[in-house]
Amino acid sequence: MVFAMTLRISGVLADAIRRAGEAAYPAECCGVLGGRVSGLKEVLQIAPMVNRRTDDPRRYLISPDDLLRITLELRDAELEVLGYYHSHPDQPAEPSEFDSEHAWPWYSYMIVRVNEGRSADLTSWVLEEDCAGMRQETLQVSTEV
Amino acid sequence: MTITVSIPTPLRGFTGGRDTIDLPGETVGQVLDGLLAAHAGLRRHLIQEDGRLRTFVNLYLNETDIRHLSSTATPVRPGDVLTIVPSIAGGSPAVETGQPLSHAEVLRYSRHLLLPEVGMAGQRKLKSARVLTIGAGGLGSPLSLYLAAAGVGTIGIVDFDVVDLTNLQRQIVHGTSTLGRPKLESAAARLQDVNPNVNVERHEIRLTAANALEIIQEYDIVVDGSDNFPTRYLVNDACVLLGKPNVYGSIFRFEGQASVFYAAEGPCYRCLYSEPPPPGLVPSCAEGGVLGVLPGIIGSIQALETIKWIIGAGDSLVGRLLLFDALKLRFRELQLRKDPACPICGANPSIRELIDYEAFCGIGAEPAYEGPEISAEDLRREMLDKGSSLVLIDVREPHEWDIAHIEGARLIPLGQLPERLGELDGHAEIVTQCHHGARSMKALALLKGAGFNRVRSLAGGIDAWADRIEVGMPRY
Repeated sequence: MVFAMTLRISGVLADAIRRAGEAAYPAECCGVLGGRVSGLKEVLQIAPMVNRRTDDPRRYLISPDDLLRITLELRDAELEVLGYYHSHPDQPAEPSEFDSEHAWPWYSYMIVRVNEGRSADLTSWVLEEDCAGMRQETLQVSTEV
Repeated sequence: MTITVSIPTPLRGFTGGRDTIDLPGETVGQVLDGLLAAHAGLRRHLIQEDGRLRTFVNLYLNETDIRHLSSTATPVRPGDVLTIVPSIAGGSPAVETGQPLSHAEVLRYSRHLLLPEVGMAGQRKLKSARVLTIGAGGLGSPLSLYLAAAGVGTIGIVDFDVVDLTNLQRQIVHGTSTLGRPKLESAAARLQDVNPNVNVERHEIRLTAANALEIIQEYDIVVDGSDNFPTRYLVNDACVLLGKPNVYGSIFRFEGQASVFYAAEGPCYRCLYSEPPPPGLVPSCAEGGVLGVLPGIIGSIQALETIKWIIGAGDSLVGRLLLFDALKLRFRELQLRKDPACPICGANPSIRELIDYEAFCGIGAEPAYEGPEISAEDLRREMLDKGSSLVLIDVREPHEWDIAHIEGARLIPLGQLPERLGELDGHAEIVTQCHHGARSMKALALLKGAGFNRVRSLAGGIDAWADRIEVGMPRY
């Protein structure tokens, strides 16, 4: 099974992820990427999630209850969970060791860097087939409305 | 029987692309074994080396997490759907969190640092942590001592009491040398001696609805060592409103309870006890007594849960109520569920700010017993003048009588008084007496109601007598 494929997202949704990262700064935001798969993954909806980790601003956790609920909601719209997004306040838009350790196969993990409250790079990553680390995947931000 | 297992998208690469698989089994565990046998590639993503489910893997039987059922022993029925649901976690690159440790601190905490679950990262978290303990009494003593010894950087204590001789049987943070001094001063000095690195913040004040939010919001975790219902509900509500975990403990005689109330992840105190008991129904430790070691056990459990919470190790008591029986030496555990109708942490909360907790718990609303009183001095004089025509009835319990009693008194415990009225002469002059003067007033009301007219109650009870008349009599 090939985990990495191209992830396509509209400029509007990409901006929404940037805004979420800025709003949560200096804590991390997190959310679900919902969409469809047809050769590539296409993000059609984003769902901000409650960060259930309150003890450490540099960690995020989406609870299974929350995830089950959003999965069923997306299913009603004939969409599925393609992956997740979160922000890295004042840190590079690259997966941390903690990200890799907790990553699931196949899902796309989008990361937005937020520098002193302003969003910067936006990247997307998937787990390597051997689970040894994460590999960057092609992120297509479409500009057409 | 056969049930359906629903496979999430990321794992379908290991099931030949199938999103559901029908598998036989009697329990969740058997179904799971069958799944792993048929699709070995799943194992590394679901199971850790010791054979248990990975931390971030959750199994839902229909709509319920199996951890809320009987875990892998949960029986399954035809038509059930077992769904694998990930918890999704991550974060920024590891940055050194918490304050650095000096060489002396590294040595002091070396037995912690040897534990991988604590380590330097955990010890730094402890140093950065801010914990508020409510009360420096029975629970607050072991709790604050262990938190200080463990290196919790800031310990706030709320207490406005003074160290009393009756405290020392269990309140081990205080000592004979601090008798009569404020508990805060006594505790702070002891904690500084245990660990000079700890910053003790003193709140010499009664916690009320007017100040609770302001005080609690400055801390990461609250540990409730209070001994009364109004404070417990106040602490609970303030913690729910501020989103703080509340490490709860309570003790009575030989029994104790502990839990962690954290509304973001589980039930709160109101989910467990929606209403306080009627005032007077549950005696306090001052009335009913408490075995001195008991708060040592429950308070230590509270310290343990606090430390685990700070370093993020193990399974917390969130959603579980631990019950301890010291006489049987038995621990039991009750599963607690969040009450969806909870007035403060439920779906539609009706409590959105702190309320009047004294009124909520019926304090001040209990029937006031009033009646004529007699002072200890007058009682002594009348006993000498009138001799046996004055009947003194001690309404305490026999074990209290054994500690001390007034010569010439008759023991009739309050609970036996209604059925023993026949032993009393309706025309006699009667004085009722107890420990401090409350029970004797209830006895007076009872006697008046039964037609006894010449009844008075000893003001201040045997304690006033021992203080002013028979100096040298033991007090308790």
